[in-house]
Amino acid sequence: MSAPGESCRPDFPILSRLVNGAPLVYLDSAASSQKPRQVIEAVSRYYERSHGNVHRSIHTLGEEATELYEGARDAVRAFVGAASREEIVFTRGTTEAINLVAQAVGRTLGPGDEILVSEMEHHSNLIPWQMACRDRGASLKAVPVVGEGFLDMEAFSRLLSPRTRVVALAHVSNVLGTINPVAEIIRRGREAGALVLLDGAQGAPHLPLDLASMGPDFYAFSGHKMLGPTGIGVLYARRETLERLEPAWGGGEMIKEVWIDHAQWNDLPWRFEPGTPPIAGAVGLHAAVEYLDKLGMARVAAHERDLTARCLDALMRIPGVTIYGPRNAEIKGAVVAFNVEGVHPHDGAALLDERGIAVRAGHHCAQPLMKRLGIVGTLRASFSVYNTPAEIERLAEAVGDLRGAL
Amino acid sequence: MVYSSVIRERFRAPRYRGSLPEPDASFEDVNPLCGDRIRIECRIAGGTVTDARHRGDSCAICAASADVLLESVIGQSVDSVSTLTAADLLERLQADVRASRMKCVTLPLTVLQGALEGREVAR
Repeated sequence: MSAPGESCRPDFPILSRLVNGAPLVYLDSAASSQKPRQVIEAVSRYYERSHGNVHRSIHTLGEEATELYEGARDAVRAFVGAASREEIVFTRGTTEAINLVAQAVGRTLGPGDEILVSEMEHHSNLIPWQMACRDRGASLKAVPVVGEGFLDMEAFSRLLSPRTRVVALAHVSNVLGTINPVAEIIRRGREAGALVLLDGAQGAPHLPLDLASMGPDFYAFSGHKMLGPTGIGVLYARRETLERLEPAWGGGEMIKEVWIDHAQWNDLPWRFEPGTPPIAGAVGLHAAVEYLDKLGMARVAAHERDLTARCLDALMRIPGVTIYGPRNAEIKGAVVAFNVEGVHPHDGAALLDERGIAVRAGHHCAQPLMKRLGIVGTLRASFSVYNTPAEIERLAEAVGDLRGAL
Repeated sequence: MVYSSVIRERFRAPRYRGSLPEPDASFEDVNPLCGDRIRIECRIAGGTVTDARHRGDSCAICAASADVLLESVIGQSVDSVSTLTAADLLERLQADVRASRMKCVTLPLTVLQGALEGREVAR
Protein backbone atom coordinates (compact mmCIF):
# COMPACT_ATOMS: atom_id res chain seq x y z
CA MET A 1 0.00 0.00 0.00
CA SER A 2 1.37 3.40 -0.94
CA ALA A 3 -1.15 5.47 -2.82
CA PRO A 4 -4.78 5.35 -3.91
CA GLY A 5 -5.34 3.61 -7.24
CA GLU A 6 -3.43 0.74 -8.84
CA SER A 7 -0.78 0.45 -6.14
CA CYS A 8 -3.21 -0.25 -3.29
CA ARG A 9 -5.30 -2.82 -5.19
CA PRO A 10 -3.24 -5.83 -4.02
CA ASP A 11 -4.41 -5.02 -0.48
CA PHE A 12 -8.02 -5.87 -1.46
CA PRO A 13 -8.27 -9.65 -1.98
CA ILE A 14 -11.76 -9.52 -3.48
CA LEU A 15 -10.64 -7.35 -6.40
CA SER A 16 -8.75 -10.23 -7.95
CA ARG A 17 -11.84 -12.39 -8.43
CA LEU A 18 -13.72 -12.93 -11.65
CA VAL A 19 -17.44 -12.16 -11.98
CA ASN A 20 -19.27 -13.86 -14.83
CA GLY A 21 -15.91 -14.68 -16.39
CA ALA A 22 -14.61 -11.11 -16.37
CA PRO A 23 -12.30 -9.34 -13.91
CA LEU A 24 -14.46 -7.59 -11.31
CA VAL A 25 -14.94 -3.86 -11.77
CA TYR A 26 -16.43 -2.79 -8.44
CA LEU A 27 -18.18 0.56 -8.79
CA ASP A 28 -20.61 0.29 -5.88
CA SER A 29 -18.57 1.61 -2.98
CA ALA A 30 -21.20 4.20 -2.05
CA ALA A 31 -23.39 1.24 -1.11
CA SER A 32 -20.56 -0.61 0.62
CA SER A 33 -16.82 -0.52 0.05
CA GLN A 34 -14.51 -3.51 -0.16
CA LYS A 35 -12.08 -4.29 2.65
CA PRO A 36 -8.29 -4.33 2.65
CA ARG A 37 -6.40 -7.29 4.09
CA GLN A 38 -5.37 -5.04 7.00
CA VAL A 39 -9.02 -4.78 8.12
CA ILE A 40 -9.87 -8.42 7.51
CA GLU A 41 -6.78 -9.54 9.46
CA ALA A 42 -7.45 -7.14 12.35
CA VAL A 43 -10.94 -8.61 12.79
CA SER A 44 -9.66 -12.21 12.53
CA ARG A 45 -6.81 -11.51 14.92
CA TYR A 46 -9.25 -10.03 17.42
CA TYR A 47 -11.50 -13.10 17.33
CA GLU A 48 -8.58 -15.52 17.32
CA ARG A 49 -6.66 -13.91 20.19
CA SER A 50 -8.49 -11.27 22.21
CA HIS A 51 -12.26 -11.71 22.21
CA GLY A 52 -14.17 -11.20 25.42
CA ASN A 53 -16.90 -8.81 26.47
CA VAL A 54 -15.81 -5.27 27.14
CA HIS A 55 -15.69 -3.02 30.20
CA ARG A 56 -16.56 -5.29 33.12
CA SER A 57 -14.69 -8.51 32.40
CA ILE A 58 -11.97 -8.87 35.03
CA HIS A 59 -9.85 -11.22 32.99
CA THR A 60 -7.13 -10.83 30.42
CA LEU A 61 -9.26 -11.28 27.33
CA GLY A 62 -11.89 -8.85 28.56
CA GLU A 63 -9.21 -6.30 29.27
CA GLU A 64 -7.64 -6.76 25.86
CA ALA A 65 -11.03 -6.45 24.18
CA THR A 66 -11.77 -3.27 26.15
CA GLU A 67 -8.39 -1.82 25.23
CA LEU A 68 -9.00 -2.57 21.55
CA TYR A 69 -12.55 -1.22 21.58
CA GLU A 70 -11.63 2.01 23.36
CA GLY A 71 -8.49 2.29 21.22
CA ALA A 72 -10.73 2.30 18.18
CA ARG A 73 -12.65 5.21 19.66
CA ASP A 74 -9.43 7.20 20.03
CA ALA A 75 -8.44 6.41 16.45
CA VAL A 76 -11.83 7.48 15.09
CA ARG A 77 -11.72 10.66 17.19
CA ALA A 78 -8.41 11.62 15.63
CA PHE A 79 -9.57 10.62 12.12
CA VAL A 80 -12.61 12.92 12.15
CA GLY A 81 -10.99 15.69 14.20
CA ALA A 82 -13.33 15.53 17.19
CA ALA A 83 -12.29 17.46 20.30
CA SER A 84 -12.65 14.56 22.74
CA ARG A 85 -13.30 10.82 22.87
CA GLU A 86 -16.57 11.44 24.73
CA GLU A 87 -17.95 12.79 21.45
CA ILE A 88 -17.58 9.46 19.62
CA VAL A 89 -20.53 7.10 20.13
CA PHE A 90 -20.31 3.73 18.39
CA THR A 91 -23.51 2.53 16.71
CA ARG A 92 -24.33 -0.17 14.20
CA GLY A 93 -24.23 2.32 11.34
CA THR A 94 -25.39 5.68 10.03
CA THR A 95 -29.04 4.65 10.20
CA GLU A 96 -28.83 3.71 13.86
CA ALA A 97 -26.88 6.89 14.64
CA ILE A 98 -29.58 9.08 13.09
CA ASN A 99 -32.34 7.10 14.79
CA LEU A 100 -30.53 7.58 18.10
CA VAL A 101 -30.65 11.35 17.65
CA ALA A 102 -34.21 11.33 16.29
CA GLN A 103 -35.39 9.37 19.31
CA ALA A 104 -33.42 11.28 21.93
CA VAL A 105 -34.21 14.71 20.51
CA GLY A 106 -37.63 13.53 19.36
CA ARG A 107 -38.75 13.07 22.95
CA THR A 108 -38.30 16.80 23.52
CA LEU A 109 -40.39 17.84 20.48
CA GLY A 110 -43.91 19.17 20.69
CA PRO A 111 -46.61 20.63 18.47
CA GLY A 112 -45.33 23.70 16.62
CA ASP A 113 -41.74 22.41 16.54
CA GLU A 114 -40.23 21.82 13.12
CA ILE A 115 -37.55 19.56 11.67
CA LEU A 116 -35.86 20.72 8.48
CA VAL A 117 -34.63 18.08 6.02
CA SER A 118 -34.24 18.18 2.22
CA GLU A 119 -35.57 16.49 -0.88
CA MET A 120 -32.22 14.81 -1.48
CA GLU A 121 -32.09 12.88 1.81
CA HIS A 122 -31.48 9.17 1.96
CA HIS A 123 -34.47 7.49 3.62
CA SER A 124 -32.31 6.96 6.71
CA ASN A 125 -32.21 10.72 7.26
CA LEU A 126 -35.90 11.14 6.52
CA ILE A 127 -37.96 8.32 7.99
CA PRO A 128 -36.59 8.66 11.57
CA TRP A 129 -37.66 12.34 11.48
CA GLN A 130 -41.06 11.48 9.98
CA MET A 131 -41.54 9.08 12.89
CA ALA A 132 -40.38 11.59 15.51
CA CYS A 133 -42.69 14.28 14.08
CA ARG A 134 -45.62 11.88 13.90
CA ASP A 135 -45.14 10.78 17.51
CA ARG A 136 -44.83 14.30 18.91
CA GLY A 137 -47.10 16.35 16.67
CA ALA A 138 -44.15 18.27 15.23
CA SER A 139 -43.90 19.08 11.52
CA LEU A 140 -41.37 18.20 8.87
CA LYS A 141 -40.17 20.73 6.30
CA ALA A 142 -38.01 19.94 3.27
CA VAL A 143 -35.57 22.14 1.38
CA PRO A 144 -36.20 21.67 -2.36
CA VAL A 145 -33.51 20.57 -4.81
CA VAL A 146 -32.91 22.95 -7.71
CA GLY A 147 -30.76 23.24 -10.83
CA GLU A 148 -28.27 20.43 -11.42
CA GLY A 149 -29.01 19.08 -7.94
CA PHE A 150 -28.28 21.76 -5.36
CA LEU A 151 -30.13 22.67 -2.18
CA ASP A 152 -32.30 25.74 -2.70
CA MET A 153 -30.55 27.93 -0.15
CA GLU A 154 -33.12 30.71 -0.51
CA ALA A 155 -35.79 28.23 0.48
CA PHE A 156 -33.51 27.06 3.31
CA SER A 157 -33.47 30.64 4.62
CA ARG A 158 -37.23 30.88 4.34
CA LEU A 159 -37.86 27.54 6.02
CA LEU A 160 -35.42 28.07 8.88
CA SER A 161 -37.14 29.73 11.82
CA PRO A 162 -37.14 29.88 15.62
CA ARG A 163 -39.51 26.88 15.41
CA THR A 164 -36.79 24.78 13.73
CA ARG A 165 -35.44 22.38 16.33
CA VAL A 166 -33.24 20.23 14.10
CA VAL A 167 -31.67 20.77 10.69
CA ALA A 168 -30.87 17.29 9.32
CA LEU A 169 -29.12 17.24 5.95
CA ALA A 170 -26.74 15.12 3.93
CA HIS A 171 -23.12 16.23 3.81
CA VAL A 172 -22.81 14.60 0.37
CA SER A 173 -25.83 13.33 -1.61
CA ASN A 174 -25.70 9.56 -2.22
CA VAL A 175 -27.30 10.05 -5.64
CA LEU A 176 -26.42 13.48 -6.98
CA GLY A 177 -23.01 13.56 -5.35
CA THR A 178 -23.65 17.18 -4.43
CA ILE A 179 -21.41 18.39 -1.62
CA ASN A 180 -23.74 20.61 0.35
CA PRO A 181 -22.60 23.98 1.76
CA VAL A 182 -22.32 22.58 5.26
CA ALA A 183 -20.35 25.49 6.76
CA GLU A 184 -23.18 27.87 5.90
CA ILE A 185 -25.86 25.35 6.95
CA ILE A 186 -24.21 24.82 10.34
CA ARG A 187 -23.69 28.54 10.96
CA ARG A 188 -27.22 29.49 9.95
CA GLY A 189 -28.83 26.53 11.72
CA ARG A 190 -27.06 27.23 14.97
CA GLU A 191 -27.84 30.96 14.73
CA ALA A 192 -31.50 29.98 14.47
CA GLY A 193 -31.13 27.95 17.66
CA ALA A 194 -31.51 24.58 15.93
CA LEU A 195 -29.40 21.46 16.36
CA VAL A 196 -27.58 20.58 13.13
CA LEU A 197 -27.15 16.94 12.13
CA LEU A 198 -25.16 15.96 9.06
CA ASP A 199 -25.62 12.56 7.42
CA GLY A 200 -21.98 11.86 6.68
CA ALA A 201 -22.40 8.39 5.17
CA GLN A 202 -21.00 9.67 1.86
CA GLY A 203 -18.74 12.28 3.46
CA ALA A 204 -16.51 10.51 5.98
CA PRO A 205 -15.26 7.84 3.52
CA HIS A 206 -14.18 10.39 0.93
CA LEU A 207 -13.35 13.82 2.35
CA PRO A 208 -10.89 15.00 5.02
CA LEU A 209 -12.88 15.93 8.13
CA ASP A 210 -12.21 18.31 10.98
CA LEU A 211 -15.46 18.15 12.89
CA ALA A 212 -14.33 20.31 15.80
CA SER A 213 -13.85 23.28 13.51
CA MET A 214 -16.71 22.34 11.14
CA GLY A 215 -18.99 22.48 14.17
CA PRO A 216 -22.10 20.36 13.56
CA ASP A 217 -23.99 19.10 16.61
CA PHE A 218 -24.09 15.61 15.11
CA TYR A 219 -22.27 13.84 12.29
CA ALA A 220 -23.30 10.25 11.48
CA PHE A 221 -21.37 7.74 9.37
CA SER A 222 -20.86 4.03 8.71
CA GLY A 223 -17.76 1.87 8.90
CA HIS A 224 -18.62 -0.40 5.99
CA LYS A 225 -18.60 2.43 3.44
CA MET A 226 -15.05 3.41 4.45
CA LEU A 227 -13.18 0.09 4.12
CA GLY A 228 -14.35 -1.13 7.54
CA PRO A 229 -16.66 -4.00 8.51
CA THR A 230 -20.46 -3.94 8.46
CA GLY A 231 -22.26 -3.49 11.77
CA ILE A 232 -20.21 -0.55 13.03
CA GLY A 233 -21.05 3.11 12.71
CA VAL A 234 -20.32 6.33 14.49
CA LEU A 235 -22.35 9.14 15.91
CA TYR A 236 -20.14 12.13 16.49
CA ALA A 237 -21.87 14.57 18.81
CA ARG A 238 -20.62 17.82 20.31
CA ARG A 239 -20.01 17.29 23.99
CA GLU A 240 -22.30 20.07 25.22
CA THR A 241 -25.09 18.83 22.96
CA LEU A 242 -24.67 15.24 24.10
CA GLU A 243 -24.59 16.23 27.78
CA ARG A 244 -28.06 17.75 27.49
CA LEU A 245 -29.61 14.65 25.88
CA GLU A 246 -31.35 11.80 27.63
CA PRO A 247 -30.27 8.37 26.35
CA ALA A 248 -32.29 7.04 23.45
CA TRP A 249 -32.20 3.42 24.57
CA GLY A 250 -31.72 1.59 27.83
CA GLY A 251 -29.78 -1.53 28.77
CA GLY A 252 -26.56 -2.71 30.28
CA GLU A 253 -23.47 -0.54 30.22
CA MET A 254 -25.33 2.75 29.83
CA ILE A 255 -25.91 3.03 33.60
CA LYS A 256 -23.88 3.85 36.71
CA GLU A 257 -26.23 2.57 39.36
CA VAL A 258 -29.60 0.91 39.11
CA TRP A 259 -32.48 0.55 41.54
CA ILE A 260 -35.67 -1.33 40.78
CA ASP A 261 -37.58 1.79 39.76
CA HIS A 262 -34.87 4.15 38.49
CA ALA A 263 -31.27 4.42 37.41
CA GLN A 264 -28.41 6.83 37.16
CA TRP A 265 -26.88 7.17 33.70
CA ASN A 266 -23.29 6.35 32.87
CA ASP A 267 -20.77 8.95 31.65
CA LEU A 268 -20.35 9.91 28.02
CA PRO A 269 -20.10 8.26 25.57
CA TRP A 270 -21.21 4.96 27.15
CA ARG A 271 -24.56 6.50 28.20
CA PHE A 272 -25.53 6.13 24.55
CA GLU A 273 -24.12 2.63 24.00
CA PRO A 274 -26.46 0.13 25.71
CA GLY A 275 -25.75 -3.57 25.34
CA THR A 276 -22.67 -5.36 24.07
CA PRO A 277 -21.27 -3.09 21.37
CA PRO A 278 -19.93 -4.20 17.96
CA ILE A 279 -16.44 -4.83 19.33
CA ALA A 280 -15.01 -6.60 16.28
CA GLY A 281 -16.57 -3.92 14.10
CA ALA A 282 -14.79 -1.22 16.07
CA VAL A 283 -11.51 -3.11 15.79
CA GLY A 284 -12.00 -3.37 12.03
CA LEU A 285 -12.94 0.30 11.75
CA HIS A 286 -9.75 1.18 13.63
CA ALA A 287 -7.73 -0.67 10.99
CA ALA A 288 -9.75 1.03 8.24
CA VAL A 289 -9.12 4.57 9.46
CA GLU A 290 -5.43 3.73 9.93
CA TYR A 291 -5.36 2.53 6.35
CA LEU A 292 -7.10 5.67 5.07
CA ASP A 293 -4.79 7.83 7.18
CA LYS A 294 -1.74 6.22 5.59
CA LEU A 295 -3.15 6.88 2.13
CA GLY A 296 -3.99 10.40 3.28
CA MET A 297 -7.56 11.67 2.98
CA ALA A 298 -6.50 14.63 0.84
CA ARG A 299 -4.94 12.21 -1.65
CA VAL A 300 -7.99 9.93 -1.44
CA ALA A 301 -10.27 12.88 -2.24
CA ALA A 302 -8.06 14.01 -5.15
CA HIS A 303 -7.93 10.47 -6.57
CA GLU A 304 -11.69 10.06 -6.41
CA ARG A 305 -12.26 13.52 -7.88
CA ASP A 306 -10.11 12.49 -10.83
CA LEU A 307 -12.15 9.29 -11.31
CA THR A 308 -15.43 11.22 -11.03
CA ALA A 309 -14.24 13.74 -13.65
CA ARG A 310 -13.18 10.93 -16.01
CA CYS A 311 -16.50 9.14 -15.51
CA LEU A 312 -18.56 12.27 -16.13
CA ASP A 313 -16.52 13.05 -19.23
CA ALA A 314 -16.78 9.51 -20.63
CA LEU A 315 -20.51 9.09 -19.96
CA MET A 316 -21.43 12.53 -21.33
CA ARG A 317 -19.97 11.47 -24.70
CA ILE A 318 -22.31 8.48 -24.99
CA PRO A 319 -25.53 9.14 -26.91
CA GLY A 320 -28.70 8.59 -24.87
CA VAL A 321 -27.01 9.00 -21.47
CA THR A 322 -28.55 11.43 -18.97
CA ILE A 323 -26.49 12.41 -15.92
CA TYR A 324 -28.08 13.48 -12.63
CA GLY A 325 -26.32 15.85 -10.25
CA PRO A 326 -23.55 18.39 -10.80
CA ARG A 327 -21.42 17.86 -13.95
CA ASN A 328 -18.39 19.36 -12.24
CA ALA A 329 -16.29 16.88 -10.27
CA GLU A 330 -14.75 19.70 -8.21
CA ILE A 331 -18.02 20.19 -6.34
CA LYS A 332 -19.09 16.57 -6.26
CA GLY A 333 -18.54 13.43 -4.22
CA ALA A 334 -17.34 10.12 -5.66
CA VAL A 335 -20.64 9.17 -7.27
CA VAL A 336 -22.17 9.50 -10.76
CA ALA A 337 -25.87 8.73 -11.28
CA PHE A 338 -27.09 8.28 -14.83
CA ASN A 339 -29.65 6.68 -17.08
CA VAL A 340 -29.49 5.28 -20.59
CA GLU A 341 -32.43 6.08 -22.82
CA GLY A 342 -34.83 3.14 -23.13
CA VAL A 343 -32.97 1.02 -20.57
CA HIS A 344 -34.49 0.42 -17.15
CA PRO A 345 -31.80 0.88 -14.46
CA HIS A 346 -32.22 -2.69 -13.20
CA ASP A 347 -31.85 -4.10 -16.68
CA GLY A 348 -28.81 -1.88 -17.21
CA ALA A 349 -27.21 -3.07 -13.98
CA ALA A 350 -27.93 -6.72 -14.81
CA LEU A 351 -26.36 -6.34 -18.27
CA LEU A 352 -23.29 -4.62 -16.79
CA ASP A 353 -23.02 -7.42 -14.21
CA GLU A 354 -22.85 -9.93 -17.05
CA ARG A 355 -19.58 -8.17 -17.94
CA GLY A 356 -18.28 -8.18 -14.37
CA ILE A 357 -19.16 -4.56 -13.64
CA ALA A 358 -20.94 -3.90 -10.34
CA VAL A 359 -23.00 -0.70 -10.18
CA ARG A 360 -26.05 0.23 -8.13
CA ALA A 361 -29.46 0.60 -9.74
CA GLY A 362 -32.78 1.84 -8.47
CA HIS A 363 -34.00 4.61 -6.23
CA HIS A 364 -30.93 4.51 -3.92
CA CYS A 365 -33.21 4.89 -0.88
CA ALA A 366 -34.05 8.41 -2.03
CA GLN A 367 -37.57 8.09 -3.39
CA PRO A 368 -38.57 11.74 -2.81
CA LEU A 369 -35.55 12.76 -4.91
CA MET A 370 -36.56 10.31 -7.65
CA LYS A 371 -40.06 11.81 -7.62
CA ARG A 372 -38.51 15.27 -7.86
CA LEU A 373 -36.42 14.16 -10.85
CA GLY A 374 -39.47 12.46 -12.37
CA ILE A 375 -37.77 9.06 -12.73
CA VAL A 376 -38.14 5.64 -11.12
CA GLY A 377 -34.44 5.20 -10.60
CA THR A 378 -30.95 5.53 -11.98
CA LEU A 379 -27.78 3.60 -12.50
CA ARG A 380 -25.04 4.76 -10.17
CA ALA A 381 -21.29 4.29 -10.39
CA SER A 382 -19.37 5.18 -7.23
CA PHE A 383 -15.70 5.11 -6.45
CA SER A 384 -13.25 4.36 -3.71
CA VAL A 385 -9.50 4.31 -3.17
CA TYR A 386 -8.98 1.14 -5.24
CA ASN A 387 -10.69 2.20 -8.46
CA THR A 388 -8.68 3.10 -11.55
CA PRO A 389 -9.09 5.06 -14.79
CA ALA A 390 -8.98 1.74 -16.68
CA GLU A 391 -12.11 0.65 -14.82
CA ILE A 392 -13.88 3.85 -15.85
CA GLU A 393 -13.00 3.01 -19.46
CA ARG A 394 -14.48 -0.48 -19.08
CA LEU A 395 -17.65 1.03 -17.62
CA ALA A 396 -17.97 3.55 -20.43
CA GLU A 397 -17.47 0.88 -23.09
CA ALA A 398 -20.16 -1.33 -21.54
CA VAL A 399 -22.59 1.58 -21.03
CA GLY A 400 -22.09 2.47 -24.70
CA ASP A 401 -23.40 -1.01 -25.59
CA LEU A 402 -26.50 -0.80 -23.37
CA ARG A 403 -28.82 1.06 -25.71
CA GLY A 404 -30.69 -1.45 -27.82
CA ALA A 405 -29.07 -4.37 -25.97
CA LEU A 406 -32.47 -5.82 -25.04
CA MET B 1 -28.67 -15.71 -19.23
CA VAL B 2 -31.18 -13.55 -17.33
CA TYR B 3 -32.63 -12.05 -20.49
CA SER B 4 -34.13 -14.98 -22.39
CA SER B 5 -35.33 -14.48 -25.95
CA VAL B 6 -38.91 -14.49 -24.62
CA ILE B 7 -38.12 -11.61 -22.24
CA ARG B 8 -36.37 -9.62 -24.96
CA GLU B 9 -39.16 -10.18 -27.45
CA ARG B 10 -42.02 -9.37 -25.05
CA PHE B 11 -40.17 -6.28 -23.80
CA ARG B 12 -39.61 -4.98 -27.36
CA ALA B 13 -43.02 -5.91 -28.71
CA PRO B 14 -45.56 -6.46 -25.94
CA ARG B 15 -48.89 -7.95 -26.99
CA TYR B 16 -51.01 -6.90 -24.02
CA ARG B 17 -49.60 -3.50 -23.12
CA GLY B 18 -52.14 -0.67 -22.87
CA SER B 19 -55.36 0.11 -21.07
CA LEU B 20 -59.03 -0.86 -21.18
CA PRO B 21 -61.76 1.79 -21.01
CA GLU B 22 -64.02 1.27 -17.98
CA PRO B 23 -62.45 -2.01 -16.83
CA ASP B 24 -64.38 -4.40 -14.57
CA ALA B 25 -61.34 -4.83 -12.36
CA SER B 26 -58.08 -2.95 -11.97
CA PHE B 27 -55.22 -2.68 -9.54
CA GLU B 28 -51.73 -1.25 -9.39
CA ASP B 29 -48.80 -1.65 -7.07
CA VAL B 30 -45.18 -0.79 -6.60
CA ASN B 31 -42.10 -2.98 -6.58
CA PRO B 32 -40.33 -1.94 -3.35
CA LEU B 33 -37.02 -3.04 -4.87
CA CYS B 34 -37.03 -0.36 -7.52
CA GLY B 35 -40.16 1.78 -7.14
CA ASP B 36 -41.53 0.47 -10.43
CA ARG B 37 -45.29 0.78 -10.73
CA ILE B 38 -47.45 -1.53 -12.80
CA ARG B 39 -51.18 -1.32 -13.47
CA ILE B 40 -53.41 -4.09 -14.78
CA GLU B 41 -56.98 -3.67 -16.05
CA CYS B 42 -59.34 -6.56 -16.79
CA ARG B 43 -62.66 -7.22 -18.38
CA ILE B 44 -64.66 -10.04 -16.75
CA ALA B 45 -67.77 -11.83 -17.98
CA GLY B 46 -69.46 -14.83 -16.34
CA GLY B 47 -66.50 -15.53 -14.05
CA THR B 48 -64.02 -15.49 -16.92
CA VAL B 49 -61.27 -12.99 -17.69
CA THR B 50 -62.21 -11.96 -21.23
CA ASP B 51 -59.56 -9.28 -21.79
CA ALA B 52 -56.70 -7.62 -19.90
CA ARG B 53 -53.98 -5.00 -20.37
CA HIS B 54 -50.93 -3.85 -18.39
CA ARG B 55 -48.99 -0.60 -18.30
CA GLY B 56 -46.45 1.25 -16.20
CA ASP B 57 -42.79 2.03 -15.86
CA SER B 58 -40.96 -1.18 -15.37
CA CYS B 59 -37.90 -3.17 -16.27
CA ALA B 60 -37.80 -5.70 -19.10
CA ILE B 61 -38.35 -8.67 -16.78
CA CYS B 62 -41.45 -7.14 -15.18
CA ALA B 63 -42.93 -5.97 -18.47
CA ALA B 64 -42.37 -9.36 -20.12
CA SER B 65 -43.77 -11.17 -17.11
CA ALA B 66 -46.94 -9.05 -17.24
CA ASP B 67 -47.29 -9.76 -20.94
CA VAL B 68 -47.01 -13.55 -20.70
CA LEU B 69 -49.21 -13.53 -17.61
CA LEU B 70 -52.08 -11.74 -19.33
CA GLU B 71 -51.74 -13.97 -22.36
CA SER B 72 -52.12 -17.00 -20.12
CA VAL B 73 -55.18 -15.78 -18.20
CA ILE B 74 -57.34 -14.31 -20.94
CA GLY B 75 -60.12 -16.82 -21.54
CA GLN B 76 -59.49 -18.51 -18.17
CA SER B 77 -61.68 -18.43 -15.09
CA VAL B 78 -61.08 -15.80 -12.40
CA ASP B 79 -60.66 -18.64 -9.88
CA SER B 80 -57.81 -20.19 -11.86
CA VAL B 81 -55.72 -17.01 -11.48
CA SER B 82 -55.39 -17.56 -7.73
CA THR B 83 -53.58 -20.85 -8.36
CA LEU B 84 -50.92 -19.36 -10.66
CA THR B 85 -47.39 -19.29 -9.24
CA ALA B 86 -44.03 -17.70 -9.99
CA ALA B 87 -42.89 -21.03 -11.39
CA ASP B 88 -45.62 -20.86 -14.06
CA LEU B 89 -44.36 -17.46 -15.13
CA LEU B 90 -40.70 -18.51 -15.19
CA GLU B 91 -41.63 -21.43 -17.41
CA ARG B 92 -43.39 -19.13 -19.84
CA LEU B 93 -40.51 -16.65 -19.75
CA GLN B 94 -38.00 -19.50 -20.25
CA ALA B 95 -35.72 -17.56 -17.97
CA ASP B 96 -33.40 -18.24 -15.07
CA VAL B 97 -34.11 -15.22 -12.87
CA ARG B 98 -32.04 -14.57 -9.77
CA ALA B 99 -33.66 -14.22 -6.36
CA SER B 100 -32.90 -10.47 -6.37
CA ARG B 101 -35.11 -9.99 -9.46
CA MET B 102 -37.92 -12.46 -8.61
CA LYS B 103 -40.11 -9.59 -7.40
CA CYS B 104 -39.95 -8.25 -10.99
CA VAL B 105 -41.46 -11.57 -12.15
CA THR B 106 -44.10 -11.84 -9.44
CA LEU B 107 -45.31 -8.21 -9.20
CA PRO B 108 -47.67 -8.51 -12.21
CA LEU B 109 -49.18 -11.67 -10.69
CA THR B 110 -49.86 -10.03 -7.33
CA VAL B 111 -51.28 -6.98 -9.10
CA LEU B 112 -53.58 -9.14 -11.22
CA GLN B 113 -54.71 -11.09 -8.16
CA GLY B 114 -55.28 -7.77 -6.37
CA ALA B 115 -57.45 -6.58 -9.26
CA LEU B 116 -59.53 -9.74 -9.22
CA GLU B 117 -59.92 -9.61 -5.44
CA GLY B 118 -61.10 -6.00 -5.75
CA ARG B 119 -58.29 -4.55 -3.62
CA GLU B 120 -58.01 -0.77 -3.22
CA VAL B 121 -54.92 1.06 -4.48
CA ALA B 122 -52.90 2.69 -1.65
CA ARG B 123 -51.92 6.32 -2.16
